[in-house]
Amino acid sequence: MIEYQNIFTQVQVQGTPEMGMDDTGGRLTEERVGKPGFSKLLGWLGNAQLGPINLGMLGVVSLASGLLWFFIVGMNMLAQVGWSLPEFLRQLFWLALEPPGPEHGLSMPPLNDGGWYIISSFFLLVAVLAWWARSYQLAASHKMGKHVFWAFGSAIWLFLVLGLFRPVLMGSWSEAVPYGIFPHLDWTTAFSIRYGNLYYNPFHCLSIVFLYGSVLLFAMHGATILAVTRYGGDRELEQIVDRGTASERAALFWRWTMGFNATMEGIHRWAWWFAVLTPITGGIGILLTGTVVDNWFIWAQEHNFAPMYDGSYGYEAYGSYEAFIGQGE
Amino acid sequence: MFPRWFDKWNRENPKDIYGPAIAIGVVGGAIFTATMLIAFGQPNATDSLQTGPRGTGMSVPEFKADLAKPDPGIAEFLASTSAPVVPQGGEETAGAARENVPPGLENLTVENYDRLLAAMREWTGIPDLFDDPASYQTSVGHVMIGMTQNLNEAWAGHVMANKEVGVTCYTCHRGEPVPSDIWYKISPVNESVEGWSANQNRVTMQSQYTSLPSDALEKYLLDGEVIGVHDLESRVAGVPGTDGYPGIQQAERTYSLMNYVSNSLGVNCVFCHNSRAFYDGAQVTPQWGTEMLGIQMVLELNNTYLVPLEGLLPENRLGPVYADAPKAACKTCHKGYQQPLQGTNVIKDWPELATTSGEPDYGN
Repeated sequence: MIEYQNIFTQVQVQGTPEMGMDDTGGRLTEERVGKPGFSKLLGWLGNAQLGPINLGMLGVVSLASGLLWFFIVGMNMLAQVGWSLPEFLRQLFWLALEPPGPEHGLSMPPLNDGGWYIISSFFLLVAVLAWWARSYQLAASHKMGKHVFWAFGSAIWLFLVLGLFRPVLMGSWSEAVPYGIFPHLDWTTAFSIRYGNLYYNPFHCLSIVFLYGSVLLFAMHGATILAVTRYGGDRELEQIVDRGTASERAALFWRWTMGFNATMEGIHRWAWWFAVLTPITGGIGILLTGTVVDNWFIWAQEHNFAPMYDGSYGYEAYGSYEAFIGQGE
Repeated sequence: MFPRWFDKWNRENPKDIYGPAIAIGVVGGAIFTATMLIAFGQPNATDSLQTGPRGTGMSVPEFKADLAKPDPGIAEFLASTSAPVVPQGGEETAGAARENVPPGLENLTVENYDRLLAAMREWTGIPDLFDDPASYQTSVGHVMIGMTQNLNEAWAGHVMANKEVGVTCYTCHRGEPVPSDIWYKISPVNESVEGWSANQNRVTMQSQYTSLPSDALEKYLLDGEVIGVHDLESRVAGVPGTDGYPGIQQAERTYSLMNYVSNSLGVNCVFCHNSRAFYDGAQVTPQWGTEMLGIQMVLELNNTYLVPLEGLLPENRLGPVYADAPKAACKTCHKGYQQPLQGTNVIKDWPELATTSGEPDYGN
């Protein structure tokens, strides 16, 4: 028997490329560009057909300005290593395009001290917003709901808080995140440390809840649907409007497991809201940091949820260095 | 490949061997691993030193195999040390009997001076140390003797923080004319940029191979900049990065220094701090206090003793970027251990190095 239900799709159908249709009576098919091809590798992971794509004007703008951002960052990194390609490759994960120093505030800094950062950030902003608008446009042309647009918007909210709203409220571009592999991680840890431990920021807590919750819901939903695929459960839309034994079994499984079950339709709202609330709450937490609260640990103490621990600090209370390194006692 | 009867038999008797094979393999592998662990023990066993209250996760873990190996420097030092010859009064002084006696050591008895000179030559790996008064090594050596005496006398709060340990030439030199783990100024490390873009994001020894700033040692252990970055109230009026309030960039520089300290001492953050509130003086260990003293000590070491060597040292001993004098920091003495030479008492045999007064206390 040919197996179809696998982590990878083992059966691939390749025929005449599917070009899609245009039920608006307009020019939608003309806008789909590129000669479609098939890839066996892609077929293992999803649909084997690659293309055509409806890039559109917004897509072109987005790609162009996104590439400008990418090349400005790369050229700055290259300049920092004296235009040495081997050194660029060797230090790639360490290099960064840094925001301006705090002394420049919100003014336009010199190009070599954050000026390129501001310019490249402008192009990144255009690229992201154009892609966002495109997600609205394409959804509208397919007469779809705008759920993807709003979900992407929640990620853009966090992006804008980090790079635009918070730096403006703080009065300094130096608060923004550097563009670099390790440097943006350094920024993250230094941001938490500078503002007294972000773990005591309640919105950071909420963001973690929704992040881990998203993971849990995704695993539960994916597992449930795979488990009832043999009864047609993977045809989720049909199951929503015409509940069959797949939905019944899935629902009963969870009701008997934990007393409560989502519905075939509602589980997707659960997943959407958990995912969307992750960056929304995270963005609120970031926005409050340094603008409203400067030390989250002290804030937590003032609000009585930072517990104190009994016991001594220092190893002398628990053992000796000599005993630890095996020098007697 | 196989005889025909074998292939035929297989065709006629189909059997799923993969399922049982995987099951037997998994279960068998688990049993084998468990047996080996029980028979031979955990191959990478660890031990840990608790440093704070239960529930805070404060402990310094180490591999038992590493703990079992003492610092090889200990044996080397013990071979080079010798008990002092307690003066009975009336002995000839080194100043009268020997030539080129470093200042401050003239009043030692000849026996003790010879003993000390031999040891210093072994510790520094310079066999003719102090023979030639015109050599730069002689003038540098004079400064270094004063420095060592000052460390033991004025900075006992750090070098004898736990018990009598002290320092000698060997603590840093380990038999080499130039001690290991010294550092030079290297910032800016990036070309074509200024400010905070220029001093970070490169793989350097000073940044401990992170992308954190490479000028942490220079700013904190030479220029004496403020290390703390936290606000001590939940809300303050100033803007970080200006108004005298440290910004995220300062936090990264502090983090770079803290990485250096951890690696130099072979410890982690929670050796000194409760990591939930790094700044909080009520949640630090006594080692944090020792470290604060150590930072002040290194500042004095660098600014009073080592930076002035710039005029004495030959060019090939100066820094690659700024031709600056070599400088010290935690690792120059600690070499990766919580206490240098794992807390071996190096000063008890050398009262000559324990005082700047020129009158060693031999306990008589």
